[in-house]
Amino acid sequence: MKIGVVISEGPYTHQAADTAYHFVKAALAGGHEVPRVFFYHDGVNVSSRLTIPPQDERHIQNNWTALAQEHEIDLVVCIAAAQRRGLLDENEANRQGKDANNIADGFRISGLGQLIEMGIQTDRLVTFGD
Amino acid sequence: MSTTKKFLYVNRKAPYGTIYALESLEVVLIGAAFEQDVSLAFLDDGVFQLTKDQKTDGIGIKNFSPTYRALGDYDVTKLYVEKESLAERGLTAEDLQEIMYEDEDDDWEEKPSLRFVTRAEMADIMADQDVVLSF
Repeated sequence: MKIGVVISEGPYTHQAADTAYHFVKAALAGGHEVPRVFFYHDGVNVSSRLTIPPQDERHIQNNWTALAQEHEIDLVVCIAAAQRRGLLDENEANRQGKDANNIADGFRISGLGQLIEMGIQTDRLVTFGD
Repeated sequence: MSTTKKFLYVNRKAPYGTIYALESLEVVLIGAAFEQDVSLAFLDDGVFQLTKDQKTDGIGIKNFSPTYRALGDYDVTKLYVEKESLAERGLTAEDLQEIMYEDEDDDWEEKPSLRFVTRAEMADIMADQDVVLSF
């Protein structure tokens, strides 16, 4: 089965990004496909490569980057939600005249159309949030 | 893209205390371009999103409630409002904005987009969908 995943709450504050991570690993292990994960609302904060949790805690962003690279999962961060919350890739930083960018490897910034497209193209859409 | 699916956007939060209502509306507007079979559900505190005469000057946040009246122009014409959620909050249909759409299949007659349903009917509506996005 093709499963699309939405993460709509921020890392560490909320368990959504962790639960989704374990869900995606289990789904892949069970022979399902997870072509895309879409980050929305505060979920976009997962994509910051400036995240530095204490060393004895899980690193949520690194976990997602590694999982995406291993299984070729398309990690899409909503551009409108990201810009509100100060998350920019290099292109957007240049376009907006900002002096820094912070999107981690494995994530890409794109539009809400990617969320709708995922809903159309997958067999199930599973949201992790409040 | 030829596939048409039934999309339901479930709105459960009051409009300004959190960003869910606004960012839900943004998905609905973008999603309209994909020509899917779209419905919106308003329940729990989500019914407050539709109240009329919203004034947000005092909190310094943009009043986005007029946008709901424009949804008909995006072919979003099915806005289901849960009766129990209204009643539990002391609201009636008269407290909500009038939201209309022009029915292209009926000589462009103006019709109300708000459809008041019971909790049980809302459950059936949800069960009938292909994709449910909850905000």
